Amino acid sequence: MIEPNVAGGLIGGALIGISSVLMLLLLGRITGIAGILTGVITWNKADGLSWRMAFVAGLVLGAVLYQLFVGPLPLQMQASGPLLIVAGLLVGMGTRLGSGCTSGHGVCGIARRSPRSFASTATFMVVAVVTVFVMRHVLS
Amino acid sequence: MKSAIAALICGILFGLGLSISEMINPARVIGFLDVAGDWDLTLMLVMGSALIVTVVGFPLITRKAHPLLADKFSLPTKTELDMPLISGAVLFGIGWGLAGLCPGPALAGMASLEPGIFLFVAAMIAGQYIGIRLEKAFAR
Repeated sequence: MIEPNVAGGLIGGALIGISSVLMLLLLGRITGIAGILTGVITWNKADGLSWRMAFVAGLVLGAVLYQLFVGPLPLQMQASGPLLIVAGLLVGMGTRLGSGCTSGHGVCGIARRSPRSFASTATFMVVAVVTVFVMRHVLS
Repeated sequence: MKSAIAALICGILFGLGLSISEMINPARVIGFLDVAGDWDLTLMLVMGSALIVTVVGFPLITRKAHPLLADKFSLPTKTELDMPLISGAVLFGIGWGLAGLCPGPALAGMASLEPGIFLFVAAMIAGQYIGIRLEKAFAR
């Protein structure tokens, strides 16, 4: 087993939770990154564009602040080239069709006790585990 | 304006959370998904910690008449488990397993200036456009 990042995981997870709670308290919105991104790329002014752009900017800024005050971002790519493009296409298509990702369904939807989010989270978790198993232990 | 500032701050908290918890690192994500390899439980700690905050916080907030900076809550209304939900979760799960990246960490990861992240984000945006087309086809 790999040494888990216990302190970072618990503190970082709490920050993600606090961000989601504040978004609901202040804006009345679900913090689903895929959905927020869709609003930006479709330039959907009817459903609030400025808060979406501000959130995405903040997301990047948060990682910039980490680099400035904590250290280099821990980032080890696990795929490259065509595989990375295929993965990106699937994540984009899947989050749109499935109305959400790890944050929208996994963190917010489960807290809302949404049956759709339970079903989605269980599905993408199992499929991702199977995908990694096939890539790491069957094909390689 | 107020809601954009609120969203910016929430985005920063979320980006910091992803960085501190190392969920911005595809190696940590794949490490969690690779149950047959060197398993890394960090992702479970992150999600658990975030969920403790949202599971406690969300019901307290949705009891209010409206959010602090908006007239009403904008929450998902669908309840049925349909084909787009499940097929979307399957596609997302495959993409997530291939690269170890989901929308939040991919967007925040742009702060690292790693070229692969930009490639993934571009493909993810293209994928969302395809997903929107597919949604319309499903709706017909």
